[in-house]
Amino acid sequence: MYFLRRFIFAIPLVLLISALAFALVRVAPGGPFDRERAPASAEIERNLQAAYHLDEPVWKQYLRYCGLLWQKDAAGHWQHEPASFNVSFKYRDQRITDIIAQGLPISMTLGGLAFCFAMGVGLPIGFLAAARRGQWQETAGNFFAILALCVPGFVIGPILILVFAIKWKLLPVALWTSPVNAVLPMIALGLLFSGQVARLFREGMISAAQSEFVTAARAKGLDETTLLFRHALRIAILPVVSFSGPMLADLLTGSFVVENIFQIPGIGGFFINSALNSDYMMTVDLAVLYAVLLIGLNLAVDFAYTLLDPRVKYE
Amino acid sequence: MSEAPNHLEHFSPGRRAWLRFQRNRSAVLGAYYLVLLLVVVVAWPIFLKISPSDFAQHHNPNQLSDVQFSPPDAKHWFGTDIHGRDVFSRVLFGAQISLLVGVVGALVSLVIGVLWGAIAGYLGGRTDNIMMRIVDMLYSLPSIIFVIVLITTLGAALKQSHLVEHSPALAGGLRIVLLFVGLGAVSWLTMARIVRGQVLSLRARAFVEASRALGAKPHWILARHIIPNIFGVVITYLALTMPAIILYESFLSYLGLGVQPPMASWGTLIAEGVGQINAIRIYWWLIIFPGGILVTTLLALNFLGDGLRDAWDIKNRP
Repeated sequence: MYFLRRFIFAIPLVLLISALAFALVRVAPGGPFDRERAPASAEIERNLQAAYHLDEPVWKQYLRYCGLLWQKDAAGHWQHEPASFNVSFKYRDQRITDIIAQGLPISMTLGGLAFCFAMGVGLPIGFLAAARRGQWQETAGNFFAILALCVPGFVIGPILILVFAIKWKLLPVALWTSPVNAVLPMIALGLLFSGQVARLFREGMISAAQSEFVTAARAKGLDETTLLFRHALRIAILPVVSFSGPMLADLLTGSFVVENIFQIPGIGGFFINSALNSDYMMTVDLAVLYAVLLIGLNLAVDFAYTLLDPRVKYE
Repeated sequence: MSEAPNHLEHFSPGRRAWLRFQRNRSAVLGAYYLVLLLVVVVAWPIFLKISPSDFAQHHNPNQLSDVQFSPPDAKHWFGTDIHGRDVFSRVLFGAQISLLVGVVGALVSLVIGVLWGAIAGYLGGRTDNIMMRIVDMLYSLPSIIFVIVLITTLGAALKQSHLVEHSPALAGGLRIVLLFVGLGAVSWLTMARIVRGQVLSLRARAFVEASRALGAKPHWILARHIIPNIFGVVITYLALTMPAIILYESFLSYLGLGVQPPMASWGTLIAEGVGQINAIRIYWWLIIFPGGILVTTLLALNFLGDGLRDAWDIKNRP
């Protein structure tokens, strides 16, 4: 019930976000045709503006964008105006949905791989740092976590290219053609988050190991391994789960840079270019897409949380 | 760190935190590193002004020369870039922008976060509920997307407005203002949550209630009891917000959305280095030096923030 309510609440939220994004891109001066047709006559520009309905008031443009605009035609009948959210000024022979359909799977694959990398590296290191307290594993694990936390993709990515692709020629420099192409981008995108995961998991393990039910289980004579894996782990994973919502968001936006470095044809590059070229519809579309993905992922993460932690009940 | 040793008990909380902080080696090291970096960043331009003109010429960050892509040597400590400019100088001048955006952006987020959190926590009830729901909602939005849209549209407006021709320096300055206002405006959420939690628990404490029972006005209670007691938390989260904002700034500048040439920040320098990647020659110094300074600065700030958090004994979750 709670999740249904949140789901329904998300719909006006997405509308609000689209309106906000639309207002933001439309109030600024400058148009999509400034750059490519700078020397064109004023008349041509006016015609272009009219063809894309850019001369209308902003609220009308927004309704048209959503496909919620009805206008009287010459005969006085109310006519539904086709929705314009699918029109790109830059890629005029392509629909935006096609561009998204091409780019989104690539971006999501990259994000998913980086998520797996962050978990696959972060969880064992966090676990080890917590399980071997006071030994060298803890120091090394903590140091890895805080170092990884400070190395953004646009620093580690180029270094990986220089070392593995150019110097040793082990992996391809760029592009997205075969599975080996994914290795370097995955590391570049996931490294920072593996540090965060390791840190959170270590803290979770330490506080779980100190809790009373673990002490009770230990007093009953359970061995340390079972204790950590069966009892402490289930509690310690919870902070990591609730962090994975914001983390997925950062993976999505973090891929802008990584896609740029490795020349990967995801949607990150389209978003940046559309914002720079005042390709309004595309900017708003992609902003809304990111918002929907994020809200959806957060909901999924909260839902997963209730499955993992029976103590949590949403009313 | 949860219990203070006995001999510390007769000190004030601030003094105790200071003593605990001093014992944290990595935090102190981080603080020293940052002070050193600040001194070098501030002193280097002054040093260039008073040094012999030959030296100043070689190290002018905008001086083009024929020594392109020279690897690091005694003359150019960090090597030179495609235009023969001294990378060492460019990194230090870039540091001015990166650090400025980090500090001011964090202060913007501090002002918004503390006001929002303190008001919500102090008023409580329905206002608190609404204000915190807004924070929850904003948490689930792709804030950096909005910063990008904001910066590109307002940046385009700036370009249209002839200011660029009249006074490029002012236009560049306005872009930086845009950057730290935008980044500060999306980074206050955690601060607001933490401050609200603190204020909520302080409000219920006996000494605050006693003060209220004696007839103290809300602004007196806020100024005398609440604000001094959340000082540690605020400083800690200020130190932890700064690396996040520096990271965002270099992220945006890397994408060409932040600082514009001829100004440079660490992000644009790294982007220039990446632009020179080719299969024949490796210009590692163009990436390692700006990237290395960025990473070590973030590391130092994080060590400092963690040290402050341990010193003030703040729990991770509000």
